[in-house]
Amino acid sequence: MLADDLRGMFYIGLKDLRAYYFKPPNISWGILFPFAFILAFAIRNPGDLRALVPGLLALTLLFGTSSMEAIVIVFERRIGALERLLLAPIRLPALLAGKLLGGMVFGLTITLIVLIIAFAIFGVTNVNWILLALAILLSAAAFSALGAFVSVAVTEVFEAQTLANFIRFPMMFLGGVFVPVDLMPLALQIVARALPLTYAVEVLRAALFGGAWTDAALDLLALAGFAIILFALAARVMRRWVE
Amino acid sequence: MDIIQVSQLTKIYQTGKDKPPLRAVDGIDFAVREGEVFGFLGPNGAGKTTTIRMLTGLARPTTGSASVLGLDLATDIPRIKKQIGVVPEQSNLYDELSALDNLVFAMQLYGVPRAERQTRGEELLARFRLSEKRDAPFAKLSRGMKRALTIAAALAHRPPLLFLDEPTTGLDVMSARNLRQMIAGLRKEGVTVFLTTHYLEEAERLCDRVAIIVKGRLVALDTVAELQSTAQSKPIVEVTSADDSNNIETRRIEGDDVAAATRTVLAQTEGRRVLAINTLRPTLEEVFVKLTGLRAEVMLAEKGGKGGGNAGG
Repeated sequence: MLADDLRGMFYIGLKDLRAYYFKPPNISWGILFPFAFILAFAIRNPGDLRALVPGLLALTLLFGTSSMEAIVIVFERRIGALERLLLAPIRLPALLAGKLLGGMVFGLTITLIVLIIAFAIFGVTNVNWILLALAILLSAAAFSALGAFVSVAVTEVFEAQTLANFIRFPMMFLGGVFVPVDLMPLALQIVARALPLTYAVEVLRAALFGGAWTDAALDLLALAGFAIILFALAARVMRRWVE
Repeated sequence: MDIIQVSQLTKIYQTGKDKPPLRAVDGIDFAVREGEVFGFLGPNGAGKTTTIRMLTGLARPTTGSASVLGLDLATDIPRIKKQIGVVPEQSNLYDELSALDNLVFAMQLYGVPRAERQTRGEELLARFRLSEKRDAPFAKLSRGMKRALTIAAALAHRPPLLFLDEPTTGLDVMSARNLRQMIAGLRKEGVTVFLTTHYLEEAERLCDRVAIIVKGRLVALDTVAELQSTAQSKPIVEVTSADDSNNIETRRIEGDDVAAATRTVLAQTEGRRVLAINTLRPTLEEVFVKLTGLRAEVMLAEKGGKGGGNAGG
């Protein structure tokens, strides 16, 4: 049974990457969009551009993993293709994990490209590679699970896009990408602590600029928590489809 | 041997806060024998698709029980899923993938060994006359080709039991005819086919036995011939004759038995040349009307008319 689940998960992820993710518009959009935002901010507030790199990576991860992920499930549900997967001899969590895998692999790929560009521009100094790998992986898992949750919570593709943007855009401005959370008013700081992007930016900052493992561990734990909770919620919604 | 056994299977949907629950399937019992084409007939909303969804693990029965391939539906769904093929009413492969890639993905999901996938895929494409479309994306295929490829994908892992939900709905006459030939071919290979359709002529041509479901309840279950016998209490004999001026006339007589009816009708045509004598059996359509009290047209309602349903092959 476990072997069936793992096989199904792998091939569902692979199929999604081939059918939906690795298409030129997605790749260019995934890279250009975060760069455009960061550049706009940098032009308006010139200063230490290097400090914006963690935010750039976090945004790339957020949009790279969740943009298509938020659409894929609801799209396949609308055209009936999801039923093929529900009929396959795998359990629901494995099906959902396969969907997450596609989003994660795509997000990780474009983040790697952005990371290489950032390193080429700003150089590589004081990087905690293990922490960086963990930060990127857990952020990708949390954001991909967020996309999956959005996708199962709605019934139309346009609703998924609306809901995803409704969640992501405020998060972008409150999650410490442009302004450190500590400098925000207390009320906004409290809101920021409820957002996965905040922890992604913090742990990426720690990984790139020599931060302490103790602080970063809490961020990693928070990201893992978001990934697990959002995955469980999405799986719960899906289970209702076969009742 | 029974490949499917269903006992008091019921599915109730809650339709809303102040609305009464909907009994989509209401305590049905039936069995499907190994190797047969079993027709499940009924008008729209009768409970055909809900029954298939329950038997394939896409919906949980509210009450009742069923076994598929000797496995309990309540506890063995993953093992059942491994051994069945399902073709839903809507052709639902992936638009972006080619015909062959769609088949290969189906095999990957069901654990067909890597070494077999390519050969099996090519073999299925050839069998469903799709070899020329091997590399064409699913989105670019005609409706009939999409249907054929969806059936091919359901057969990719060689299931002994195939569920076909309204396979010819919306197809042109030729495509529907080709598909019926393919379904008839499956029976020869020993695949058990559970077929839902609202085309009565299709069921009459393809099915060994037929169950008729109306408003969630089974109203009949037997071979087509037995259903015809049940629906017609007395034999009908039809005689076509011509007079000296070649005016052709057809008379039908109902009698206690075929011999008596034939004698009566021949007596009535004395002095005329008899061109043909036939005994008439009711069509499945007439059986349906008699058993359900519904007009046969309700079977075609909301499905876009007869279309591909004309059972021409």
